[in-house]
Amino acid sequence: MIEIKGLVKAFGYMPVLRGLDLQVERGSFLALLGPNGSGKTTLMRILTALSKPTAGTVLIGGWSLPAEAAAVRAQLGVVAHQPLLYDDLTAAENLHFYGQLYGLPRPLRQGRVAEVLARVGLGARADDLVRTFSRGMQQRLAIARAILHRPHVLFFDEPYTGLDQDAAAMLDALLRDVARDGHTIVMTSHDLARAHALSSHMAILSRGKIGFHGLSSDIRPDSLPALYAEVTGAASVR
Amino acid sequence: MAHRVSTPRSAILTGLTVIAILMFVVATLMALFYAPTDPQGMVQRIFYMHLGAFMGGSLAFLIAAIASILYLVKRNFKWDMMALAAIEVGLVLTGFTIVSGAIWARPIWNTWWTWDPRLTSAAVMWLAYAAYLMLRNGFEDPDRRARFAAVYGILAFSSVLFTTFITRVRPDTIHPVVVGPSPQNAQGSFEVNSSAMRLTLIFNILTYIVAAITLIWYRYRLERFTRQVQALKMQVLSR
Amino acid sequence: MTRIAHKTTVQEASQQPAGAPFWRVMVALTAKDLRAELRGRELINAMLLFSVLAVLIFSFALELDRQARATSITGVWWVTVVFAGMLGLNRSLASEKDRGNLDALLLAPVARGALFFGKMFSNLIFMWIVAALLTLLITVLFNETLFLPWLAAVMLLGTVGFATVGTLLSSMTVHARARETLLPILLLPVSLPIILSAVRASTAILSGAPQEDWIAWPQMLLVADIVLLALAYILFDFVVEE
Repeated sequence: MIEIKGLVKAFGYMPVLRGLDLQVERGSFLALLGPNGSGKTTLMRILTALSKPTAGTVLIGGWSLPAEAAAVRAQLGVVAHQPLLYDDLTAAENLHFYGQLYGLPRPLRQGRVAEVLARVGLGARADDLVRTFSRGMQQRLAIARAILHRPHVLFFDEPYTGLDQDAAAMLDALLRDVARDGHTIVMTSHDLARAHALSSHMAILSRGKIGFHGLSSDIRPDSLPALYAEVTGAASVR
Repeated sequence: MAHRVSTPRSAILTGLTVIAILMFVVATLMALFYAPTDPQGMVQRIFYMHLGAFMGGSLAFLIAAIASILYLVKRNFKWDMMALAAIEVGLVLTGFTIVSGAIWARPIWNTWWTWDPRLTSAAVMWLAYAAYLMLRNGFEDPDRRARFAAVYGILAFSSVLFTTFITRVRPDTIHPVVVGPSPQNAQGSFEVNSSAMRLTLIFNILTYIVAAITLIWYRYRLERFTRQVQALKMQVLSR
Repeated sequence: MTRIAHKTTVQEASQQPAGAPFWRVMVALTAKDLRAELRGRELINAMLLFSVLAVLIFSFALELDRQARATSITGVWWVTVVFAGMLGLNRSLASEKDRGNLDALLLAPVARGALFFGKMFSNLIFMWIVAALLTLLITVLFNETLFLPWLAAVMLLGTVGFATVGTLLSSMTVHARARETLLPILLLPVSLPIILSAVRASTAILSGAPQEDWIAWPQMLLVADIVLLALAYILFDFVVEE
């Protein structure tokens, strides 16, 4: 589903990604790990067509970036560590607005908005302003926004940032649920155990390259911190 | 890694520098001694440098606009450096134009400054390009800085063209026009009527154009070296 | 959490329509801004209050007596609209950026130009609300009737040009460290041709001068608007695409 070959991204003279190769199969759930500064955010921005690569090829669903960005964008859903929602609009209004941007016609939109809201457990709060929502509820609504237009590929960029225990557990359940729909999912995270539990594949970024890429089922949960430390060269793991 | 940061000056640049200096000396001497004294007195001699610097500055801004467009199309930092260099040189030359104009205006118009359309448009031009430098200071990321600066460089040039055009069609300017018919209300007009005056004027304009190009070239080289040093520093730090 | 009946399969997803047409995105974005503003009313209240204060200060500072009014009232009108507009421009894109919504807009499969015009229209509508109140205020306070058709046309043309340049520049300054100070510094010099012609035209129209004396100004404004709109439409792509 996602094919990256020789991806290079430099900011001015500062190379962040240095010839990165990565394949993500259709329907798989890839957890992307790596310390701050390893290029995770930059990689996500390139994959979501927000940033242009300096060199290399990126194919998503057969469409290449940045040349066919518009076609790629239509098949992406993104949940970032910021909720990307409007405080002064209600949950339903937020979803309707994004539905319009993704070209969902009104009759289809009505049904979809109700459907995804119920799915993330916010059906009863549809007409409440987003500013009255807790952080966890905002993040669930962000997921509703991301799956609204039935994207092929979902990106979760540190979705657990700022969530408490209960909200995080709820998000776990929701992500598993969404993953069963057959989306291809890429998630970045600092939480090794959680990433391991959710994902089907894991990749570890180190200094702008993929340092490790394998099946999650091949890694024992207790050996993961050691593996992570070895790949990233970090002395300690959070 | 063996990087040559400094490259020796090319023969063309050395030649250009010598020519520019020689021309500058000759042009200044011509303006001060060769051209006949106008009825306005000695202060009229400023005019040769005033118009010369304006022409050089305008050329620099034109170069900056073209370099900005090229940067957006090609995304090569070469053009970003070129635009920056040209705008800095343009600011110096048009700054000189404004100051020399004020010195001339003090005895002739009896004031340093007046809100005449021509003066206003020159001031706006200067401010727009000073704002360009402010803009560059506002952004850390080199890619974003270059991109936004290029966008502003294009916008500034178009608005300068507009301001110039708008103020020129107004008949109520008191600024004399020496080349071509002077406006009705112009005060302190004089004529470039002798061949010595004409020659001095043309030579001064040429001189400032050559000087502008030479200065842009040097400023560009300096900027390139600065960035190469930064890049080397980054390489060492990220090793 | 309960799972209710749903079927979001990838097979289905391929049938979805990709992206919305240009004008619909524009309308959706403007409608979203207006709706959010109607709820909070933070921006429009600040802009309106600022305008009232500005008129008050101008009337004392310039000692706007009967004679002075005729020549400088349109100048007061334009300066107030421009500065109130700048307040709005600073907020309108900052509100998108601070919550990451600017990225969310750019993630959508829509023409970047549609996003630009959507934002520009909401900025423009806020400016028009301020302008309408200001016109009323000046009419009442100074007994100068500003409700003239040609004056309205000039105000329309002037605000369109200003909002165009303003939206483009604020989409850049929103990323800057000192964005509130950078916007006026960048915006005022490049919008000067518009402000200059608009003030000249308004003053001449208000003074009752014959049409052939001032008709060149609105014509020039129209040309400036067209050029700036085209330029902003082209350049906006370069501002938002990294």
